[in-house]
Amino acid sequence: MKALYALYSDPDAAQHAVNELRRQGVQDRSITVITSQPYEEYEFSHRYKQTWLFWIAAAGGAAGLGIGLTLAYLTETLWPIITGGMPIVAWWPNIIIMFELTMLGAILATVVSLLVTTELPSTQSRVYDSEVSQGKIMVAVEEPSDVDVGRLERTFRATGIHEVKRVG
Amino acid sequence: MDIHSERKINADLLRPVRHTSVRFVALVAFLGTVILIGFGSWAYQMWNGLAVAGIKWPVFWAFYITNFVFWIGISHAGTLISAILRLVNATWRRPVTRCAEVITVFALMIGALFPIIHLGRPWLFFWLIPYPSERQIWPNLRSPLAWDFFAISTYLTGSILFLFLPAIPDFALMRDQMTGLRRRVYSVLALGWQGTTKQWHRLEAAMQIMAIAIVPVAVSVHTIVSFDFSMSPVPMWHSTIFGPYFVAGAIFSGIAALIVAMAVLRKVLHLEEYLHPMHFQNLGKLLLLISLLWGYFTFAERLTTWYGNAPAEMAVFWETQTGSYAPLFWTMVLCNFVIPFPILAIKRLRTITGCVIASSTIVVGMWLERFLIVVPSLATKHLPYTWSYYRPQPVEIMITISTFAAMVLLYTLFSKVVPIISIWELKVGEQAQAQPRLSVEEEEERRALWRARP
Repeated sequence: MKALYALYSDPDAAQHAVNELRRQGVQDRSITVITSQPYEEYEFSHRYKQTWLFWIAAAGGAAGLGIGLTLAYLTETLWPIITGGMPIVAWWPNIIIMFELTMLGAILATVVSLLVTTELPSTQSRVYDSEVSQGKIMVAVEEPSDVDVGRLERTFRATGIHEVKRVG
Repeated sequence: MDIHSERKINADLLRPVRHTSVRFVALVAFLGTVILIGFGSWAYQMWNGLAVAGIKWPVFWAFYITNFVFWIGISHAGTLISAILRLVNATWRRPVTRCAEVITVFALMIGALFPIIHLGRPWLFFWLIPYPSERQIWPNLRSPLAWDFFAISTYLTGSILFLFLPAIPDFALMRDQMTGLRRRVYSVLALGWQGTTKQWHRLEAAMQIMAIAIVPVAVSVHTIVSFDFSMSPVPMWHSTIFGPYFVAGAIFSGIAALIVAMAVLRKVLHLEEYLHPMHFQNLGKLLLLISLLWGYFTFAERLTTWYGNAPAEMAVFWETQTGSYAPLFWTMVLCNFVIPFPILAIKRLRTITGCVIASSTIVVGMWLERFLIVVPSLATKHLPYTWSYYRPQPVEIMITISTFAAMVLLYTLFSKVVPIISIWELKVGEQAQAQPRLSVEEEEERRALWRARP
């Protein structure tokens, strides 16, 4: 079985279900919570807060700076013509090109790392229920072993849920 | 926030996407016709050459460059304002951000079109791209026109991504709620978004970084547009104040355009429950501040020119103060300061209607300001025997009108396919309001409770 899940109408109930699943020995990495909005104030949404995204953006910015510097230098030296009494490699105007490409590098690195770390775009079918978009909160246990299924169903039902759904 | 409130928000904000009225079709048809006439005018200009426009020696920059500066200025409404409000965590921003970000993307596209129209031979536009021509000639990166290319490209790329990323969860919502072809289209746009904890955290972090990066880019864009002028030894252009003056003017016209757009959306799409008078009040206060800043910059620029008393600069100065451009100059002062200042300063007048009146006059005033920067300086340059006048021709007027129609059309079509208010961000705001306010001790106790692992 791919997953076992229940849908909750409010975040307090979802938090309670997550706590109960943990009490039954289910590992955090097996529990997936899917919501239509981020619930920052609930503990279940505090996982995965640590991120390298800021450092990756900085690295992207550094790469953009390098590209800007190289592009400006090469372009000016490949067509060495004096304009406006400026030197061939004029650093004051080059700072503008370097700045813009630094920022572009940081922006693109951020977006690419967002997509990579969240595995988007994805064409694979994942654990999901369209009720989530109507405000329900899905608490799922992914890849449960067959022997645990009954116990997990009972745990979900103990949190006030009538229907426990199965995927796969 | 309960599940019924969530469903109501979904229904209210998806209503314009689901239903198409006759008025919508009529508006699209009308705007489309105006744009077609604009394209016809452009084709006429390409066929006959730039001589059919009013551009002639010594005024080679006129309506098209005015429009370029104006639209790039309007683009500062969105991404910049949205990024600043996101960084300072202004909770009231939530219904406003997407309305604003859309303006940026479309205004930038329209603004960037004008240098191409102005080229006369638009098919040679690629010469600006840092790529060698068949004669191995590279573009001159020491030219402000090349800087424009880099700045506008970066800002447009950043703004499109800044608009697209927070729209992904809303595309996922629409994927779940629509059927048929629409469902397939929104499935592609949603990129397979689920709404896991990890996805939400990464999205929030990415938006934070984008907001940090986009603010200096937005400032750089209009500074670089000002460099197109201030790098030239033309009277009243060669000024160190031009960078911040242009940026302040851009934010000024941008917020004004945003207020007008929000008021129209509120009325037409019946968003009264989401766009409150408080949003207009807050933006009105910001507009008041920038109006004062604009007045300060204009005074500083005029005073230093007048005090310097350089003959070439004084010719342009008097031409705008008492000469043939004086009616436009004083209309600009009226529209940018005299009318909006009391409306925005007196709380009783700072209503939605008051803000819209003030904003409308500011949009007109800022277009005039751009015109008065571009044309009088070129028409009254150093040598008096070169002095001339500029008369806009029907081709230029028609192309200008059609770009306003294009802006309205693009905005209308966007609001037809994407909810104009970010649904998930609005829900976060509603959720935060619904949370009971706890004392510090209660909050700590609650956190400790949730931290306790079995």
